[in-house]
Amino acid sequence: MITLTINGTRTKVDTDPGTPLLWVLRDHLQLTGTKYGCGIAQCGACTVHLDGRAVRSCVTPVSMASGKQVTTIEGLAETALGKTVQAAWQEVDVPQCGYCQSGQIMAATALLKENPHPSESQISAAMDGILCRCGTYNRIRSAIQKAAGQKGGAV
Amino acid sequence: MKTQMNNITAQNPSRRQFLKDSAALMGGLVIGFYLPMKGGRAYAAEAQPQPKPVYPPNAFIRIAPDDSITIVVNKSEMGQGVYTSLPMLIAEELEADWSRISVESAPVAAVYNHTAFGMQMTGGSTSVTSSWEQLRRVGASGRIMLIRAAAQQWGVPESECHAENSQVIHANSGKKLSYGKLADAAARLPLPDNVALKSPKDFKIIGKPTKRLDTPAKINGSAQFGLDIYLPGMLTVVIARSPVFGGKVKSFDATEARKVAGVQGVYQVPTGIAVAATGFWPAKTARDLLEIEWDEGPGAALSTPKMRAEFLALAKTPGAVARKDGDTVQGFKMAHKSISAEYEIPYLAHAAMEPLNVVVDLKPDHCSIWTGTQMQTVDAMMAAKTAGLKPEQVEIHTTFLGGGFGRRANPRSDFVIEAVQVAMAVGQPVKVVWTREDDMRGGNYRPMWADHIEAGIARNGKPLAWKHTLVGQSIIADTPFAAFLIQNGIDVTSVEGAATLPYMIPNLQIELHSPENAVPVQWWRSVGHSHTAFVVETMIDELAHLSGKDPVAYRLGILPADSRYRGVLKLAADKADWGKKKLAAGHAYGVAVHKSFDSYVAEIAEVSLENGKIRMHRVVAAVDCGMVINPDGIHQQIESAIVYGLSAALHGAITLENGRVMQSNFHDYAPLRFSEMPRVEVHIVASSEVPTGIGEPGVPPIAPAVANAVFKLTGKRLRRMPFDQESFA
Repeated sequence: MITLTINGTRTKVDTDPGTPLLWVLRDHLQLTGTKYGCGIAQCGACTVHLDGRAVRSCVTPVSMASGKQVTTIEGLAETALGKTVQAAWQEVDVPQCGYCQSGQIMAATALLKENPHPSESQISAAMDGILCRCGTYNRIRSAIQKAAGQKGGAV
Repeated sequence: MKTQMNNITAQNPSRRQFLKDSAALMGGLVIGFYLPMKGGRAYAAEAQPQPKPVYPPNAFIRIAPDDSITIVVNKSEMGQGVYTSLPMLIAEELEADWSRISVESAPVAAVYNHTAFGMQMTGGSTSVTSSWEQLRRVGASGRIMLIRAAAQQWGVPESECHAENSQVIHANSGKKLSYGKLADAAARLPLPDNVALKSPKDFKIIGKPTKRLDTPAKINGSAQFGLDIYLPGMLTVVIARSPVFGGKVKSFDATEARKVAGVQGVYQVPTGIAVAATGFWPAKTARDLLEIEWDEGPGAALSTPKMRAEFLALAKTPGAVARKDGDTVQGFKMAHKSISAEYEIPYLAHAAMEPLNVVVDLKPDHCSIWTGTQMQTVDAMMAAKTAGLKPEQVEIHTTFLGGGFGRRANPRSDFVIEAVQVAMAVGQPVKVVWTREDDMRGGNYRPMWADHIEAGIARNGKPLAWKHTLVGQSIIADTPFAAFLIQNGIDVTSVEGAATLPYMIPNLQIELHSPENAVPVQWWRSVGHSHTAFVVETMIDELAHLSGKDPVAYRLGILPADSRYRGVLKLAADKADWGKKKLAAGHAYGVAVHKSFDSYVAEIAEVSLENGKIRMHRVVAAVDCGMVINPDGIHQQIESAIVYGLSAALHGAITLENGRVMQSNFHDYAPLRFSEMPRVEVHIVASSEVPTGIGEPGVPPIAPAVANAVFKLTGKRLRRMPFDQESFA
């Protein structure tokens, strides 16, 4: 049994400690907002927060999450920053297919927590690991700048 | 997004009965008789007179007593925005309060068939154009019935009543009733006979920038994709498929696989060995422990270098003639200057962010399927055939698609049939999940192409002769579409964009070879145009250079005077300040223009070289897609298409060695990343023409625009894709 704290709630999960956190979230807890895209930390669709920092849940053994605060997209709106980021995403109308967007939003929120006023190159560096096949990158940049209270660049 | 299908307004007749009646009205699968028009992508039912289809509003509209309106959308939402654009068509004529609209995906029923393809499917950038008349009529019929219900209740003439913002109003008396209060009575009325549609000048919703209705669900994690479906008692299945296309299992040993905690069973299925477990992780872990001996078959002989050499050799031999104008032999004799070039274009995977997956709950007399599919009718028929059921015993729940790009419209229903076969073997509900590697190596690729073009110009620089030979597998052969998309031995999707090039060239011949091999191929966002625009538009650029002319001026000089290509080319050039703007040192512009899915797009790419690699800075796009439904949606789709096209142009290639696909995941099949993204500007040509495609037409021009910019920078012509195999150091 592994004890986890997910979105502020303590949960016990009966699984092999080597199981990636992603599959515990999805298959054990049905927190399906966190997505599977590649399984090898190449696409970032599975990004969640461990103690506020962005991690790739597809390569994070669940045992490493034990004793830490896990935040998923389902719990993001419980923080003011998370709400701000989601509101910016809504205003810019970022998503298309939407599959990568949980990972994008989680990565963007972690960036803004560490660096409330990132430069364009800092945004680019922080978001480079999160793939979007629909090509929403320019809107993502605009939304991050909006959430940071900066003037958004042209899409 | 809610997915329940409960009936709120249509109490008489019941929804189920209504769907049955509609199915009887519409007939079964009739794709055989829709003919392509003008060799393009607009298909119309013109082969023989058909009973006029009836689209009762209650198939598409449900109005609840609280005035909320649910629009049932019969197209799959894969990012292209149909869950917003199609409701806009209905809401406009319904005079609905847009703020109370929500969307639900349609079940499989004939009433939801594509108006031109005659089956339920999403593809060919046709969702808006094929629904434009239909859904406005649906909305208008609903409005008329609501007005009629109100007039009857008040005992006043209908002509004294009008509708606005989900209310019927009797101006003389000041009486008002909301749609929620009228829906029940309206649903009992007969369908109106004469339905007049609004004049575009009266549009309140169509043409206005409109936020997507699916955004809220897609930013809080609640949007349900196929992978997010969990049924009670469901097992997750991961399959070991042949490493070579067409290979079969000879023998296997599952001893180690069965030891993995959570594994519930190992089954041989037609496509390989399936491991069923309590979740993805044990299923995948066990799958990787299987020891399988494969009978690889002839597919093991396939290697990209050998195939490429064979294709290039074929490109220099006579093929089936797709178009012949004038006499190219004479044309080349008269030419002032001639050039020839050969092109190499690789296989491409669709690589949608959501890997393929299907949930199947199979009962003795019923089969429920949850998946993100673009091809519901064919999938339902194939699933029924596989399970030994009748098509009406199969139910498909279309979830959101985590990208489609054509892969989820498989005319052979490969992923659905396989999942039904797995459900038959396992005997309980299953979710079949393809890993990223399975998805990448699963075939159904954009075909590999080799092209040869010879072109000659007159003394004044204008093209005099053009001979283009294309070599690549047919996507359409052996599919239900062959009857109308293969004409005189030519797969029209193979030569689209090549046989339909718009330039005035008196002597022109287009020839096609369609070799066969074991690699399954499929339509990939923009289909044939994804490669023909590249070869045609880079060769036209060569001719401009050969004749010493500016690339934009040269194109305008050889396009017919009434061509809609001219409008987008001029608009893009104008917005980019083509020929006037002083670009940063080391930067250059390249241009390309192409028509696909009846829409016209010109793109100008601003490019530089950094450390010997192509660096994208900015793309200025101009589009003419007829009348605009949602300008925001057009911007999104052109931005998206440019990124999709750039991923392929710069990095995309699937290659084979001894029958094995060499790429596996996003590290070796690399989509464009955030740091590579150019600024994109989208400009729309104002038009009163019928709306045409928008999901795909932005893809074709970007690769040639970039290649033409690179020529300007380096003097080097790019004739092989992807471009990252070249070094410019």
